[in-house]
Amino acid sequence: MTDLLTLAGVHTHIGPYHILHGVDFGVPEGQTTMLLGRNGAGKTTTLRTIMGLWPASSGRIALAGQRIERSATPDIARLGVGYVPESMAVFSDLTVRENLILAAREGAPDDARLQWIFGFFPALKRFWLSRAGALSGGQKQMLSIARAVVEPRKLLLIDEPTKGLAPAIVMAMIECFAEIKRRGATIVLVEQNFRVAQQIGDTVLVMDNGRIVHRGEMAALAQDGALQERLLGLSLEAHQ
Amino acid sequence: MTELAATDALPKPKRDFVPALLPLLLALATAPLIGSTSSWITLTVASLAMGAMIFVMASGLTLVFGLMDVLNFGHGAFISVGAYVATLVLLPLAGWVQADSLWLNLAVLAPAALLAMAVSGALGLVVERVLILPVYGQHLKQILMTTGGLIVAEQALYALWGPQIIPLPLPTALRGSFILGDVAIAKYRLLAMLVGLIVFIGIQLVLNRTRIGLLIRAGVENREMVEALGYRIRRLFLGVFMAGSGLAGLGGIMWALYREQVHASMGNDLTVLVFIVVIIGGLGSIGGCFIGALLVAMVANYGGFLLPKLALVSNILLMVAILMWRPRGLYAVTSR
Repeated sequence: MTDLLTLAGVHTHIGPYHILHGVDFGVPEGQTTMLLGRNGAGKTTTLRTIMGLWPASSGRIALAGQRIERSATPDIARLGVGYVPESMAVFSDLTVRENLILAAREGAPDDARLQWIFGFFPALKRFWLSRAGALSGGQKQMLSIARAVVEPRKLLLIDEPTKGLAPAIVMAMIECFAEIKRRGATIVLVEQNFRVAQQIGDTVLVMDNGRIVHRGEMAALAQDGALQERLLGLSLEAHQ
Repeated sequence: MTELAATDALPKPKRDFVPALLPLLLALATAPLIGSTSSWITLTVASLAMGAMIFVMASGLTLVFGLMDVLNFGHGAFISVGAYVATLVLLPLAGWVQADSLWLNLAVLAPAALLAMAVSGALGLVVERVLILPVYGQHLKQILMTTGGLIVAEQALYALWGPQIIPLPLPTALRGSFILGDVAIAKYRLLAMLVGLIVFIGIQLVLNRTRIGLLIRAGVENREMVEALGYRIRRLFLGVFMAGSGLAGLGGIMWALYREQVHASMGNDLTVLVFIVVIIGGLGSIGGCFIGALLVAMVANYGGFLLPKLALVSNILLMVAILMWRPRGLYAVTSR
């Protein structure tokens, strides 16, 4: 399977801090790749660097063979990359409808696509004309994900979508991600909850201190307790 | 499943009407202190007209501040330039200005206002590209660059038009007052109120009914996320900066006609007032800016009548009082 996204020797600095120390990995097309690691390992920085929000100091990032490490964030988004930040970042002064209108860059949101989204997240239909700022944390997360998938994307970068959410919402999100993948999108997903990660992921990357320290099949990691302990032992108490 | 299915009613967002009622409350509170009804009406109309003009000048600045996080201390230059450019139309066509025909007066005022807005907007394009672009995200440098730009613009106006104050008489049809009983309401003040109201409604329509408006509102709240959705927010910044500069130019011609004179430092003189309005209203809030402008004008007019010595510091006192009540302004949009 070819890689849709590749990172080679990527370094990122934020101010005086050197966060990513030569990150290398490939993301197979059409698969869900889980990015795991303890807090501060560099997972969020990796997503933001791919998105161009914190530009790489050096190294190469390619999307479908096209170099993007020097591209501006809007240009990267226009190549078909959707981003769901950890903070959700819904526009709280805008309604649910207005948030999705903005996310649908090519025109009005497609009705069939909206109905598909409402199937996973019925709350968004009910609160269609409500201000996003008045939604609960879980509903804001639904909106943030809906915003990323309101138009078909090649690649979705999703940062800790299930953090602090009720189990029912987490299940809906797992179903949603599985359906998005079935429709052909490639997903890179940062997740702290290992149980969720094993349900969603095809492949797994583990980060520590700004480097990739493991890459492989999620099924293999899920079945190998010793490997989990070795790779994630320091942090998996929290993951599990 | 409750949250997922959302069977519970969403808590309704609080409608915050208190700031919007402040001008009304202030007007009612001062009525018994002023005593004379005719004086109170005259002062109130003067306040509304002055507030409308200040709003037109400040509305662009609040969007620039809120959306772009740019401290533009040179905003006053666009006010002065707008007023001077208007003289290029109004002085050569003095015959039309002095004609006793409302239509002839408007026929010369409209192109003067449009030219003032166009030139101020074009100057905004140059300022954004040359002075602001290199210092995005660096507040101290923004203050230095834009203050320097204001000084250069002021001196350039002196060099081009000379140091003298240029008289700019009101068009004949806009002179005088409508007399209602023993109340005199100046015609030009009514026009100023009308223009201010049109600008306010126009901006609200753009912000709430158009995609560009949605982008501006979203950008004020979270620029990064707007970019992550694929929008080139720098272009939006430039458009907002030019529109804000153009509105300052419109405010410049309105203020010059109100004072019936043009001088190079008029923009500089108004800068502090405009910043007070933007801060009182809440950065990035057009509604807050509108109410802030009315409050500033009311405090200046009522204060000047009741306690003339206090009028010198009335705006500062108003700002202190508002910020003690609401530290982020009347209607905070951004968290900056």
